[in-house]
Amino acid sequence: MFEISFFAQLDWEQIREVLTSLNIGFVKSLEIFFLTLLGSLPLGLVIAFGSMSSVGIIRWFNKLLVWVIRGTPLMLQLIIIYYGPGIILGNNWWGSGSTGRFIAAMIAFILNYACYFSEIYRGGIEGIPKGQYEAGEVLGMTKSQIFFKVVLLQVIKRIIPPIGNEVITLVKDTSLVRVIAVYELMWDGQNYIKSEGIIWPMLFTGVYYLLFSGLLTIFLGWLEKKMDYFKV
Amino acid sequence: MAILEVKNLKKNFGELEVLKGIDFSLEKGDVMAVIGSSGNGKTTLLRCINFLETPNEGEIIVNGETLFDASEKDNSSESDIRKKRLHFGLVFQNFNLFPQYTVLGNVMLAKELLEKERPDYKQNKKQIKAEIEAEARKLLDEVGLSDKLDYYPHQLSGGQQQRVAIARALALKPDILCFDEPTSALDPELTGEVLKVIKSLADSNMTMIVVTHEMSFARDVANKIIFMDEGKILEEGSPEDIFENPKHERVREFIGGIGAI
Repeated sequence: MFEISFFAQLDWEQIREVLTSLNIGFVKSLEIFFLTLLGSLPLGLVIAFGSMSSVGIIRWFNKLLVWVIRGTPLMLQLIIIYYGPGIILGNNWWGSGSTGRFIAAMIAFILNYACYFSEIYRGGIEGIPKGQYEAGEVLGMTKSQIFFKVVLLQVIKRIIPPIGNEVITLVKDTSLVRVIAVYELMWDGQNYIKSEGIIWPMLFTGVYYLLFSGLLTIFLGWLEKKMDYFKV
Repeated sequence: MAILEVKNLKKNFGELEVLKGIDFSLEKGDVMAVIGSSGNGKTTLLRCINFLETPNEGEIIVNGETLFDASEKDNSSESDIRKKRLHFGLVFQNFNLFPQYTVLGNVMLAKELLEKERPDYKQNKKQIKAEIEAEARKLLDEVGLSDKLDYYPHQLSGGQQQRVAIARALALKPDILCFDEPTSALDPELTGEVLKVIKSLADSNMTMIVVTHEMSFARDVANKIIFMDEGKILEEGSPEDIFENPKHERVREFIGGIGAI
C-alpha cells in the first residue's frame, strides 16, 4: 500500500526535469575531471624531475611550489587565482564570462593536482633500487634507455594505487569550482533547495559521484591486475 | 699482451681512501679471485673497472687500449663510455634482473638496444632479432635454464636468477666478466649451481675476476688470487701460494679463520 502511494506521489515530470539539469552539471564535472588529469599527470612529472634536479635553484623552486600548493586549501587557490589578478593587479585577465572562470578553475586544479602527483612520482622513482640503474649501465644502455625500458614500468606499477587515490579524490573535488561560480553537478543540485525547497536532487548528485567513482575503482583495479605479471 | 692491465688505481670517497693504489694484469683466460674481509675495497675495485665509480688516479688498459686514465681529462661522449663499458660484464650480488621482462627478455634487451644503432637495423630487423634470440637461447641453455625462458624473475629461485644474470652479461660478449660476490645472497644449496656455471666458463677460457668469500671455489677455479687488505693488495699469487704458503700473517689468519684448509 505504502509503495503504491509513494510512487503515486512522485512527480515524474519533475524528476525528469531534475535529471536533465543534473546531467548538464555532471558533464561539466566530467570536463573538469578529465582536463585536470590531462594537464596534471604530465605536469606532475615535470615538477617531480624539478624537485629532484641537481641544480639547487630549480630544486628549491619546485619544493617551495609543492609546499605552498599542498599546504593551502584548493578552495583558497581557486579564489586567489580567479580574483587575484583583478583585485591585486587591477586587471582581470579572466574577463567576465563563464569561459574565463572555467579557465581559472582549470589552472588551479591542474597546478594543485600536479603537485600531489609530483610527490607520488618522486616517491616511485626514488624507490627503484639503484641496482636496476647500475645493471642497465653495465649493459651499455643509455640513461634514457634505462629510464624508458627498465625503470618506467616499475614506477608505473608502484604508483597506480596512490595515483588512484588522488583520482578518486578529484572526482569529489570538482564540486569546489562552484566557489568561483563555475556551474557543475552539485551547484545544480543545490539550486533546487533554494528555488523549490526540495533536497532529493542533492541526494541524486551523491549517486552520480558514487557511480562515477565506482567505475573508476573498477578501472583502477583492472589496471593493477594488468601489472600483476611481475613483482617489484 | 695482457688482456687487462690495471695500474695504480686509487679511489677516495671524501676523506676515506678506499683503494690506495691497485696494480695487476690478466692474460686471456685467467680467472682471478679477489679475497679478503669485507670493507677492504674489493667491491669498489670491481665498480671502478666497470665504470660505476670514477677512480681518482690510475689507468685501466684493455688489449693495449687505454680505456681510462685519471691523469687525462676525460671528454669522451656517452656513447664512447658505453663502448668502453662493453669490454666488461658485471654480475651483481643481488642479481638485479629486470622484473618486468621474462628470462629471455632479460638476456636479449641490452643487445637489442645496441643493435638498433646499426645502420642496417631497419632493413634487417627480423633477421637481427632472430639472431639475438637464437644467441640468448643458446646462452640460457648453457646455464641450464632452457626450460625457464618465459618465466619472470620473481618466479625463479635465487640460483636461477643469478644464472640468468650471468647469461645476460655474456650476451654482450665481454672480454672480461666480473662477479661481485655472486653467491653471497644464496643459500648453500643454490650456491653450488652458480659456481658450477662459473667453473664451466673458466673451462671455456673466459677471462674473469671473481670477488668471493667461497675459499674452496677460489682455490679450485682461480689460477690467480689477490688478497686485499685496507685498500691495497697485500698478497698475490697462485692458489698454492696463497693457500699453502701465505707470506703474511694477516692472510694466514684470514684463511685459517675461514677454515678453508
